[in-house]
Amino acid sequence: MIDRQTLAKLVAADIPAGAFVNLGIGQPTEVADHLAPDSGVVLHTENGMLGMGPQAHGDDVDLDLINAGKIPVTELPGASYFHHADSFAMMRGGHLDVCVLGAYQVSARGDLANWHSGAPDAIPAVGGAMDLAVGAKQVFVMMNLLTRDGKPKLLPECTYPLTGLRCVSRVYTDLATFLITENGVVVRDLHGIAFADLQSLLDVPLIEELS
Amino acid sequence: MNALEAVADTADGSTVLIGGFGPAGEPVQLIEALLDSGAKELTVVSNNAGSGETGIAALIREKRVVKIVCSYPRQVDSRHFDEAYRAGRIELDLVPQGNLAERIRAGGAGIGAFFTPTGYGTMLAEGKETRVIDGKGYVLEYPIKGDLALVRAHRADRFGNLVYRKTGRNFGPIMAAAATTTVVQVEELGEIDPEHVVTPSIYVDRIVHIGRAA
Repeated sequence: MIDRQTLAKLVAADIPAGAFVNLGIGQPTEVADHLAPDSGVVLHTENGMLGMGPQAHGDDVDLDLINAGKIPVTELPGASYFHHADSFAMMRGGHLDVCVLGAYQVSARGDLANWHSGAPDAIPAVGGAMDLAVGAKQVFVMMNLLTRDGKPKLLPECTYPLTGLRCVSRVYTDLATFLITENGVVVRDLHGIAFADLQSLLDVPLIEELS
Repeated sequence: MNALEAVADTADGSTVLIGGFGPAGEPVQLIEALLDSGAKELTVVSNNAGSGETGIAALIREKRVVKIVCSYPRQVDSRHFDEAYRAGRIELDLVPQGNLAERIRAGGAGIGAFFTPTGYGTMLAEGKETRVIDGKGYVLEYPIKGDLALVRAHRADRFGNLVYRKTGRNFGPIMAAAATTTVVQVEELGEIDPEHVVTPSIYVDRIVHIGRAA
């Protein structure tokens, strides 16, 4: 099992140099801390900016310069600002290379559930989750493979309300990295667990990548 | 023109587009003026449903809002919305953020409706017309227009051309175009190079000079 920081490092290492990337709220935001300074990766925030820098502190805080999580951020050289319709058009139009999202559940086909717990008394809130799911060329999910009470979050079918259909390309978890392919779910990396033990945790048939 | 004068003629039952994403671009003084105007039974279109005691949260607390169209009503400090929603005093139309933006853009651009992939196959597309185009599923979404738009920009010139500051731009340009009457609060009045205009004056009806918010 790997910790949260190692997982963020692993995702960061898989982001191609020069890519335009959107990092979702929460755990995915931590990927930014592990991008190499010379990687040339440009971060998009859906509230209307490319070239987003690290979180702002002290005198650098400007409430007109925030990320999608409403946290004050900074501006890097080459940054640009645009309105919301343009921001989501560049996402929906397939111009972003990678989007990294958290998830409640992912299905073996790459369906994503990450916006609604399904609880009947929950006040629903979706934000940009559905737009992010369908927008980027590749959607990476970062999550723990199991819930706190040990239930798998990679499933034959999602039981929570869906965010998007067949949109996830990879799932990075604390126990393994999974590739969602036409042929099925391929296990790329194992983190301190044997393939057979991983398979016994999941109802999804796994394919062992031969390398 | 002061803020109250700029919104005083808002009719009860109006649809009001309110710019801002969190604190960035939030037209705080115009929302306060709308509250002071006494307008009620409002439909508010905005990304969020207010937080704390100011802005949209104050409009909801004072029971001026019957319906909110937004993408993310639930926030750490959205207690006035939460309370009104649980009490059944406010109707919620939840729209994915990009669809919300595009529907407002369409409203200002004379588009009758459009097919978008966002939300296809989810519960937010239930009951909506769908179509598969080139093997990909899309949902039909209709434009959103307002009777009034409240927007915050950085600077206006004397013609009503606007520039914004940083991520404060967010919904401003598309909301300004999608409302019958657009009221803009600005921090500065001054010159704007025509090449740098973000919102052209044709979309702007009233300017209120507030200065830089504290």
